[in-house]
Amino acid sequence: MFRPARIFVLALAALAIAGAGFAQRATLTIESWRNDDLGIWQNTLIPAFNAHYPDIEVVFSPTAPTEYNAVLNSRLEAGSAGDLITCRPFDLSLDLFNQGYLASLNDLPGMENFSDVARSAWVTDDGSDVFCVPMASVIHGFIYNKDVFDEVGVDEPETYVEFLATLQAIADAGYAPLAMGTTDQWEAATMGYQNIGPNYWNGEEGRLGLIEGSIGYDEGGFVEAFEALAAWRPYLPDGYQAMSYPDAQNFFTLGLGAIFPAGSWEIGVFRPMVDFEMGAFKPPVPAGQDTCYISDHTDIALGMNADTANPEAARAFLEWMTTQEFAELYANALPGFFPLADHAVSLDDPLAQTFLDWRAECEPTIRSAYQILSRGTPNNENDLWNASAQVLNGTLTPEEAGEMVQRGLESWYPPQQDR
Amino acid sequence: MKSRKPFPFHVIVFLAPATLVYTAFMIYPLLDSLRLSMFAPGPGRVEAFVGLANYQRLVSDPNWAPFLWNAIRNNFVFFAVHMLVQNPLGLLLAALLSSQVVRFRAVFRTVLFLPTVLSIVLVGFIWRLILSPIWGISKDFLGLFGAAHLNQPWLGLEATALVTLSLISVWQWVGIPMLLFLAALVGIPDELIEAARVDGATAWQVFWGIKFPLILPTVGIVGVLTFVGNFNAFDLIYTTQRALAGPNFSTDILGTFFFRTFFGAQLQPGNPTMGATVAGVMFLIILTGVVLYLFAYQRRLQRIEL
Repeated sequence: MFRPARIFVLALAALAIAGAGFAQRATLTIESWRNDDLGIWQNTLIPAFNAHYPDIEVVFSPTAPTEYNAVLNSRLEAGSAGDLITCRPFDLSLDLFNQGYLASLNDLPGMENFSDVARSAWVTDDGSDVFCVPMASVIHGFIYNKDVFDEVGVDEPETYVEFLATLQAIADAGYAPLAMGTTDQWEAATMGYQNIGPNYWNGEEGRLGLIEGSIGYDEGGFVEAFEALAAWRPYLPDGYQAMSYPDAQNFFTLGLGAIFPAGSWEIGVFRPMVDFEMGAFKPPVPAGQDTCYISDHTDIALGMNADTANPEAARAFLEWMTTQEFAELYANALPGFFPLADHAVSLDDPLAQTFLDWRAECEPTIRSAYQILSRGTPNNENDLWNASAQVLNGTLTPEEAGEMVQRGLESWYPPQQDR
Repeated sequence: MKSRKPFPFHVIVFLAPATLVYTAFMIYPLLDSLRLSMFAPGPGRVEAFVGLANYQRLVSDPNWAPFLWNAIRNNFVFFAVHMLVQNPLGLLLAALLSSQVVRFRAVFRTVLFLPTVLSIVLVGFIWRLILSPIWGISKDFLGLFGAAHLNQPWLGLEATALVTLSLISVWQWVGIPMLLFLAALVGIPDELIEAARVDGATAWQVFWGIKFPLILPTVGIVGVLTFVGNFNAFDLIYTTQRALAGPNFSTDILGTFFFRTFFGAQLQPGNPTMGATVAGVMFLIILTGVVLYLFAYQRRLQRIEL
């Protein structure tokens, strides 16, 4: 006995199930260490992407920066990592690609918008495969509190001698000149040594010299940079040995410290927190040097998990990231992260524009230990952190620091052993 | 005629759940970790058997050995502070709490035990804030005694960081030995103490002549618990100093050294096989300590019928 009503209900149910199958939304999860950017992704970038692809749901899921590499590795090994993976520059991502965790993006439409230099941090050694879409670089310099500078009556220093005189004048006026601590170690190397260093080792010349083995950390510009760093010691806040990176950020934004040795990524962090006007000056050059060098470091890119369940959706997202629209949105949403694509981008943030203008005045380079030199044990970059923090803590002299880092590099890197 | 007792199958049934769970979650992972420590990454992602080469590398290679010895030395300092401060303090507090003259004993007992139930992440965060040279209250506190100039960045100096962290850990865990000692002290029959009093013993003599010998088994257990806990320690150092155990590895203990090696730190990729080797060394050290305790201490204890 058929009951028409029952058949009708069954048919409706069947339709509903089929309909659900068609309308199924792809969900993409982005692994990232940029937990500062959560709001920008949720409010700006993902809605802009969804304007083109309404059926792809994107979830930005960041991990703490210091734990990102370890957490990402375990997730990839366990097969539980997200579909899109934020790429650290150079070897960490190259390792992931070589282990088959990142997909090759050679044929991704839009990759032609990136120069070889922009891609350099995310290609295989022979350049045959590119595996992440470059997103941004960061530039090092010094962000300062204009109110304090006006009150003390000092200007932006051009040379290192002027820089130290400025620090002294600020200290005499009762402010802590530099807002920085050494407890997290990486600031001492990244915002200290790698910030002022390129002026001493002539940027790419010194960095490539290290890779070729024609110069070492224990000589020339690399020791001079440690000496220049050691001159900061009297100008750091009381108890800087136990001051963490967030402590230093707060110290500066509260107006207690006058100058923050910075990476350009701080602009977006500081902007909503400060009630004084900020300025920026580039790393001061040693007396008598005409050319200035800046660290314009390829920092961040996005790649695709080779095991993703939604490869089409992931590629659609990556392709959108190569467009002018993304570059413009990203650069303005995150002042201080400068796009690597060839699109001409104008920045609304004057402080970010100041940093970007240095690209025209100075020779760019990247951090000395990132390419090739951090492949061995001990890791060259980690050694630099330890040595720079110890130089600032006064437990190593600049010469000892140079020797320590050099000894670590020589222990496994053949071109340096033959020097 | 001999009647044999049937095999007690019910014993197996009763033992099985605990044995299975313990084997699956403790013994198997331990043995597998020891197995992993005898392998090294070969070509591709395949691992190759290398025997004890990893252990040899760990104790002799200039890139590994200084870190291992540094971690072991720091771990012994960490343990020594606990044995010299935490356990005597626990005993003192237990003696006071078991005395009839102290009032509000239940309140004190609860308050002193409270830090033990706090999350370590919270403890690390709170103490970092208290000791922070910028926002912390340690400077103001010393200022009450006119000694503000003595304030140091305690967690930032190589000379003080490890002892400071050890004392933070003592602050958190002192409730455990206190409670164990208290339970043992309360269990001593009053007749023994009354008899001693009648014989004219002072409180000092009663404690060292009667109470302390009777709680010696607890002293041993507290000692071995401290040893195992300290050589497995990791969380407090990690939450306050992160994986790099700064400054300059002065707070690096075996747990943080293991974490860095196994999972990697910052730009250094993880090395699971060397990590398992570090874990193997930790296991050996703890095993030696526990075996020493069992044979050199526990067997010599006299059981006293009360």
